[in-house]
Formats: sequence, C-alpha cells, structure tokens
Amino acid sequence: MPSTMPDSPVIRVESVSFSYGETLVLERIDLSIVAGEFVGLVGPNAGGKSTLLKLILGLLEPQSGRIRVLGRPPREAARAIGYVPQFPSFPRDFPICVEEVVAMGRIGLGSRWPLGWSSRADRAAARQALAEVEAADLARRPIGQLSGGQLQRVLLARALVGEPRLLILDEPTANIDQRAENDIFDLLAELNRRLTILLVSHDIAFISEYVSRVACLNRTLACHGTSAIDGDTIQHLYGGHVRQVEHRHG
Amino acid sequence: MAEFLTALATYGFLQSALIAGLLASVGCGVIGTFVVVKRIAFMAGGIAHSVLGGMGAALYFGLDPFAGALIAAIFSALLIGAVRLSWKTQEDTLIGALWAIGMAVGVLFIAKTPGYSSDLMSFLFGNILLAPTRELWWMAGLDLVLVVTVALFYRQFLAVTFDEEFARLRGVPVTFFYLLLLCLVAVTVVLLIQVVGLILVIALLTLPAAIAGHYVHSLGAMMLIATGLGALFTTLGLALSFGPDLPTGPTMILLAGCVYILSALVSRQLHRRRAWRQAAMVRG
Repeated sequence: MPSTMPDSPVIRVESVSFSYGETLVLERIDLSIVAGEFVGLVGPNAGGKSTLLKLILGLLEPQSGRIRVLGRPPREAARAIGYVPQFPSFPRDFPICVEEVVAMGRIGLGSRWPLGWSSRADRAAARQALAEVEAADLARRPIGQLSGGQLQRVLLARALVGEPRLLILDEPTANIDQRAENDIFDLLAELNRRLTILLVSHDIAFISEYVSRVACLNRTLACHGTSAIDGDTIQHLYGGHVRQVEHRHG
Repeated sequence: MAEFLTALATYGFLQSALIAGLLASVGCGVIGTFVVVKRIAFMAGGIAHSVLGGMGAALYFGLDPFAGALIAAIFSALLIGAVRLSWKTQEDTLIGALWAIGMAVGVLFIAKTPGYSSDLMSFLFGNILLAPTRELWWMAGLDLVLVVTVALFYRQFLAVTFDEEFARLRGVPVTFFYLLLLCLVAVTVVLLIQVVGLILVIALLTLPAAIAGHYVHSLGAMMLIATGLGALFTTLGLALSFGPDLPTGPTMILLAGCVYILSALVSRQLHRRRAWRQAAMVRG
C-alpha cells in the first residue's frame, strides 16, 4: 500500500476547466482519488476523458483550476505515474524488441548517471515486469510482431517497470477481444492491492465489476459508488436510451 | 578494379577520397538510422538544400565554405525543429520554403563571387576527389562529435525517436533532445555533402539504414550494418567510377539505389515465404 495518508489524496482535481480553442471540453471538474482506490472514468466519446487524463499527467495545462498529484504539480509527479495509452504512440515497425521497450520505462529512475545504454539492472527489471504481466516469453520479440492483447500487456509492463504509485490507463482494452480483456482486468485487480488505479473506459457495465468507484464525465463530472449506477445516471450521461446490463459488485 | 588498386597505391588524392568516404559512412550509419526510423528524411532534405545558402555566402565573403555550410545547416535544423514543435501544421511548407530559399540565396551569392561559379557543380553533386587533407580532419572531428553524443545520450535519443509522449512523461527533456538530434542530422548532412554533394546527400543518408532495416530489429544493429553499407557504397562507387572516369557521387548513389531496390524486393519475398511457412505449419 502506498505510504500516502488516506486524507491526502493521490489525485486532487479542483475546479478545473479546459477548452481546445473555443470548444469547452471540461467544465469545473472536481475529483479526488485516495490511495488504494480503483476508479473507473466513463463517458461518451469526446466527453473529455482523455483530456482529463492528459491534464493529470501534466501533458496539458488547465486554463483554470488546480491539479495536484501526490501533493505536487503533475509534471513533478509524472515519474511516480505509470501510464498506459489508448493507442501506442509509436510506429509499430520500429526496430526494437519488447525488453528494450519495457526498459525505457526506467529512464529517469534512481540515482544512476542518466546517460548511455540501459543498465543490466534496467533489463532485469524489465524482465520482471514482463513476468508480472505474464508476458515473459515475449522479451526478445520485435515490437511489430505482437498481437493487440500482447502489445497491451507490454505497455502495462512498461508502465509498471518505473515503480509507479499510481497507474493511469486510457481504454486499455479497446482493441482486444473479450477473453484478453478479462485477463487484463484480473491483472489490474491484482495490481490494485499495491497501486492506486485510474482507468478510462467507454464500457460502463463491464468496468463496474472491477472498480471501487465510477466517475462519469461528459464535460461535467459526477461520481458514484458502483452500486449507485442506474438507468437514470446512464441516461443523463449518454443523453439517450442505453441498454443496461445487470452486473454484480464485489 | 586492378587499375583502381594500383592508382590507389600511387595517388594521394585517391587515398584521401577513400578516407573521406569511410569517414562519411560513420555519419550515414549512426544518424541515418535515426532519420529512417523517425521518418524525417524530408526534413534532412530541407536542411541539405538550405546549406547552399551558407556555402555561397561564405564564398562571397571569402570564408571557408565548409564552415558556412555547417552554420547554415544548424540554423535550418533549429528553425525547422522549433516550427515542428510549436506549430506542427506548417512544418512541410516551411521545409519546402527553406529548401528553395537556401538554394536561391546560394546561387545568387555564387553568381556574384568572381571566379567561383565552377564550384557550384561540386557543391551540388560532390567531388570527393577534391577533398583536401584539412577537410578530412574536419570530417573526423565531426564524426567524433556524432559518435560521442549518441553514445552518451543513447537512451534519451532512443526514447525521443520511439515515443515522444512517453519520453516526456519519464522526464526526458524532449524538446532539447529533439533539437539536438536535428543538429546532429545537420552535422551529418555537411559531412556527406563533402562526398556526394547536397542534392544526392539524402540518398546516402537514408538508403544504407533503410537496407539494414529490412533485416534487423534493433537500432544498434541497424547502425552497424548501415555504417558497413555506407563504407561499401562509397568505396565501391569510387572504384567503379575511376576506370571509365565517371562522376563519383552519382556512381555511389546509383549503386546504393540499386541495392536498396533489390533488397526491398528480396526482403518482401522472405517475409512472404515466412508467412507462408507459418500458415503451412498450422495446417500441419
């Protein structure tokens, strides 16, 4: 369990608004996530989910409001965050093997003079992270030869190898099949024992099986315990009739 | 070929040319690999052509054209890099403009420089046979700068070329390393211009690395193989052009181009065969 006290949140978003040009994407968002939570962020496409993640990661600056991650401005806290993007932001034909990709998650870590090649310790950590996501056999595979599910595991290993305290995932299962999706979520549930997790998904019914709290975002934000999600909430969020699937809570 | 070897033993200028080719191949292997995987060949082309402006101005004011080339190349690299990082959409237009403006400035300066107009062709297409010893030292120095910089910051360059967003999240100063990489491209362009001239430079910068990329899946291996191929193309190009008295730069490039096309066909065929074998294995 991270050492953060329960009353000092891992993520605190205070009255944050953001717009691209004249399009207001986020309006006065307040969100507080404490250590050990597994929060699902749901909402329709273009509802601002990825934008909120980028603000929390420090890749974007809010025009108004304040964000603190582990008590610090996002950019200073970035090294304590493991991030799994929705789409790999690299070319798939890049000449690099899985182990090297994962080892890159160790850049800027530790007191070592941060120059030159990745060290033996970095490669060992990479193999350990791959083992944790059950992808140890992929270590020497070129990145271009992975299936969608395998790639997702490798990206998760890259996020974990930097020893983060907070894991942020953007639609981690958007491009993989149902079985692989279940596997990934079981893995995340396991990781949640030691990490705080914030996960974006468009699939509200599916994630509520796993998460401790759901935050619904469609320009404005509403939070619910997983038991509170009913037809009204979903209708308010998606603005139309949505088929609801019965789901159980742990 | 025997004739070339005899001449090589006899003539100092041939030995200089050979060494110039070998020195250039280091740059084309190490930096060419980054240019290919980062897909910034067009950017490198823009830098190469804008160099003529610097060379022309240096000649006009009675300075060393090599120094003028280096300054112009670094200037364009930083300008293109800054625009790419801040405006994004205007990037290709700016490269195109810089490409042409550099050439125009260069041609105007050269036209107004008495007695120098004959140099234009060797700037454009290179003349490795005229490489003086002093220039070889310059080239060796630039090689040293390239190799040491890349060795010191290999992880950072790898991170920035592979995944800029992730590199930024890991605290890598992406802007700095991106601009530094473009400066190294500029230095390499100036190195290679000595050998094949600024119009053909883009081929020597990209083709050896692209050929290597057909067969290996690691950046380091790509750099080594591309350096070897660069050495092969410049040396063989020099040898082939010597007997029939052909221009050396174009001979080297034609050689590299033919090998590239052959290699693309062969690797495609290998890839298909592997897929076919894989499918056959599943079928049992």
